[in-house]
Amino acid sequence: MDDNSPQTTETRMPPIVIRRATRDDLRHLVDLDGRITGRPKPDYWDDLYERFATRRLEERFFLVAETENGKDAGRIAGYVIGEVRAWEFGSEPCGWIFGFAVDPDLRLSGIGERLFQDITGRIRATGIHTIRTMVSRDNRLVMAFFRSEGMRAGPYIQLEMELET
Amino acid sequence: MQQSTRIAILALIELASDPERQVSVSDIGQKFRVSSHHLAKVMNTLGRAGLVKSTRGVGGGYSFSGSPRRITLLDVIELFEDTSASCKLGDPTEATAPEWALYDVNREIKEMANATYGSITLATMVKQMGKYRVVTAPQDAAGGDASHTESAPV
Ligand SMILES: CC(C)(COP(=O)(O)OP(=O)(O)OC[C@H]1O[C@@H](n2cnc3c(N)ncnc32)[C@H](O)[C@@H]1OP(=O)(O)O)[C@@H](O)C(=O)NCCC(=O)NCCS
Repeated sequence: MDDNSPQTTETRMPPIVIRRATRDDLRHLVDLDGRITGRPKPDYWDDLYERFATRRLEERFFLVAETENGKDAGRIAGYVIGEVRAWEFGSEPCGWIFGFAVDPDLRLSGIGERLFQDITGRIRATGIHTIRTMVSRDNRLVMAFFRSEGMRAGPYIQLEMELET
Repeated sequence: MQQSTRIAILALIELASDPERQVSVSDIGQKFRVSSHHLAKVMNTLGRAGLVKSTRGVGGGYSFSGSPRRITLLDVIELFEDTSASCKLGDPTEATAPEWALYDVNREIKEMANATYGSITLATMVKQMGKYRVVTAPQDAAGGDASHTESAPV
């Protein structure tokens, strides 16, 4: 797959293209994340960009959905970030999705699904058969989304404990 | 999961897979091999919760009246069972250390179960059904039970 050739949606509105993130997108991503989480984190996004959009691109995918035309053309409608990781936790190589959001004003129009299908397609094209993610179990919205895409509980269980002070 | 809950979910998936369709209690009962008597009570509860509506008369029956994309399995389960994550501890001021320890484990499992049921919508269940093929035995199989069906993951 040619990474930089945008793919156009013909299905649901608004029309979007999904492409790799560029440095120019960063301020929009910081803004979008800030609006969703209430905490703008420019340093974090710079670092994400350096790590996932400039190196080892054959197994790292930092994708954005951009609105295509109309008065909102060129707006960053959402993003998804993932990579192929091997041998962590004794696991065979598998794809991880670890950053994912759609602009609250543009949700429920299929953009999340397009981003998801795009990144899973790219990961599949590297020869990987499994994708994973981790979701807070209180985050019913994101859980419902991944479930509707066919994801289910995997063979690993996340464990943790509070460390005494 | 209790039998009533199970029947309710199966009936809802059946109705939600084609919201336009009216299905009689006896047809649903036959499909899932449950008594019409038990099913009728379950459908009543679902009706009171606004998830199904009934039409009387010829060709009448139940049809789906909720939003399949918003109703989760947990919403249905809660109509029939107490899913509060508290499990059973009794009076906390009297509970012993072993009771607390067991309670913690049970609560952990319950929270996982609720998160799972709470994130799976009826629409997701309908979508997932596509993964299962249904093998129907030939009608004229000698001595065979013509209504016998078998499902298996593909
Ligand atoms: C999860 C999220 C990415 C989905 O984006 P979206 O563009 O709205 O999703 P889509 O329109 O493609 O929805 C696809 C399916 O997901 C499910 N879904 C999405 N939103 C849902 C909701 N509010 N309730 C139930 N199911 C939902 C539905 O099954 C939907 O299919 P349908 O439209 O046919 O019913 C978006 O809600 C989001 O960004 N949430 C916050 C993410 C977050 O917290 N990120 C920070 C940490 S990584």
